[in-house]
Amino acid sequence: MTMKAKRPRSRTIALVFLALIGAAMPLSAGAQSTSLPDSKTWDGLKGDVFGQKPIEDAGGLVTIEAPKRAEDAAIVPVDLHFKTDAATGRIKAVTLIVDENPAPVAAVFKFGPDAGVTHLATRLRVNAYSYVRAIAETEDGKLHMTQAFVKASGGCSAPAMKNQDEALASLGKMKLRVFTSKTPGNEPMTRATEMQLMIRHPNNSGLQMDQVTRYYIPAHFIQGLTVTQGDRLIMSMEGGISISEDPNFRFEFDARPGEDVKVEAADTEGKKFQDEWPLESSSL
Amino acid sequence: MSQPTRRSVLKTGAFAACCGLVHNRLARAQSAVAGQLPVREISDGVWVFSGRPEMMNAANEGEICNVGFIVGDEAVAVIDSGGSVAEGRGLLRAIRERTDKPIRYLVNTHMHPDHIFGNAAFDGTGVEIVGHRNLPRALAGRGDYYLQSYRDAMGSQLMADIRIVPPTKLISGEEQIDLGKRVLTLKAWKPAHTDNDLTIFDERSGTFFTGDLCFIDHLPTMDGSLLGWIAQLEELGAVKASSAVPGHGPAPSPWPQALEPEQRYFDTLASDIRKAIADGVPMAEAVKTAAASERDRWRLFDEYNMRNATAAFAELEWE
Repeated sequence: MTMKAKRPRSRTIALVFLALIGAAMPLSAGAQSTSLPDSKTWDGLKGDVFGQKPIEDAGGLVTIEAPKRAEDAAIVPVDLHFKTDAATGRIKAVTLIVDENPAPVAAVFKFGPDAGVTHLATRLRVNAYSYVRAIAETEDGKLHMTQAFVKASGGCSAPAMKNQDEALASLGKMKLRVFTSKTPGNEPMTRATEMQLMIRHPNNSGLQMDQVTRYYIPAHFIQGLTVTQGDRLIMSMEGGISISEDPNFRFEFDARPGEDVKVEAADTEGKKFQDEWPLESSSL
Repeated sequence: MSQPTRRSVLKTGAFAACCGLVHNRLARAQSAVAGQLPVREISDGVWVFSGRPEMMNAANEGEICNVGFIVGDEAVAVIDSGGSVAEGRGLLRAIRERTDKPIRYLVNTHMHPDHIFGNAAFDGTGVEIVGHRNLPRALAGRGDYYLQSYRDAMGSQLMADIRIVPPTKLISGEEQIDLGKRVLTLKAWKPAHTDNDLTIFDERSGTFFTGDLCFIDHLPTMDGSLLGWIAQLEELGAVKASSAVPGHGPAPSPWPQALEPEQRYFDTLASDIRKAIADGVPMAEAVKTAAASERDRWRLFDEYNMRNATAAFAELEWE
């Protein structure tokens, strides 16, 4: 247990300090004026995540929607929309970051070359007043960033599990919903299809200290996820603890009617979960 | 520990007032003795302080929920310690003004800061803190966050004394404690308001301390399971009490009628959210209008309804 918890901790502890140092500043700045708070935390963070690579403004290539106030700190919906630009090529990957969280990198999503993902919505934990950022990498290797500022929820809403026994009892259970589409897909024989994938998992942070033993509760979260249709990769995710309990992804992609959708996930305890759903032509 | 005399209490009160700590309490409860929480005896040996229907802040010192104590022939049980050590101390002084009997138990009805931030005020009194078997785990997961996130609203002065003090006597199912010819029945509930809700029934007076399983006037807040809460309303209502002390709202209130407003709210919220889910409306949209018809019937609706709707959406999606 110690062995497992140790490796990520040295990294996360460094980030905790970063988060704590940064936390006070946007708080006071946000309270005093309506202008956007500074990005000091991000300035210190971006080198750790992207090295020296320049990051451009997304300029509409990626857009992000998040509530101005996190109503429930444990479940903050974020919505990303992607455009394909002829000059930059398609979006290969998107990194989602919550600046002030103890582990700021919430997830890295990678999209299959012909998946045609145009929309992705998920839910995050947001610990404090924070920027939520999406950094997209296009085929030409360039990075494009957009961000939204989210105020913490206040009150007694904590970014923690509500019903821990239930979360563990149905661990790994998945649910997939398909929403009727109206538009044809980009590729021949495909249709733009919206799906929602839900996975039961506590997605525990491991940064919570047991008040009695003073030990950290070991982290337990979904760290890898792939969604495929037939032999095509639609999307993969490397996840962290800033993704909400019961991870939830709603996305639109180019679906091929008649081919099964398969989801595989793995968590930090090495547990693997998978499920498969037929995608009937009639449902599209 | 020597018991504070009225004079030392007054001195403490005066000192605190100089520091601007209790000016609001002095101002709003002029009839109360300085430094004491203004408690009322709602039944023989059952004392209650009614919290204000507000968010916790520096001005109200976190005194937003109902807290109380029950005096038996031999000992006292305190029910919740309030939203700050300042409030906890005020409660302790109010008890000491009324009885010399030992305070044997401090019962925490659940994990929320307005109910447990005062725990540290009872350090050194020899009290045993009692809670739901899930309470230590819940506090382990949230304690540090609570201490950090309330700093803004409460101010560093009030927060300085506050510590998370978890219970040591844990309740699973039902258990009785005896205060001397006064038996209290403690019951640990399944996830509802939180996953660590505990109620206290005093047989002698027929008074039922519901914790936050019952909200009146103040909008209920969802931090456990909406379905679990709805499912247990019947069992809650079947408790043979004559009156209740809700976690928030008028005390005493007639039982089980006190449950009716929240039941109506839960049904409305669940039905609005279920419809949105069935229609494929995304969470961010659905929570803006869910339970809007309840808006004029509650205090703090705008502060908590969207949050409740968010939690309800995430839960009901799995139905």
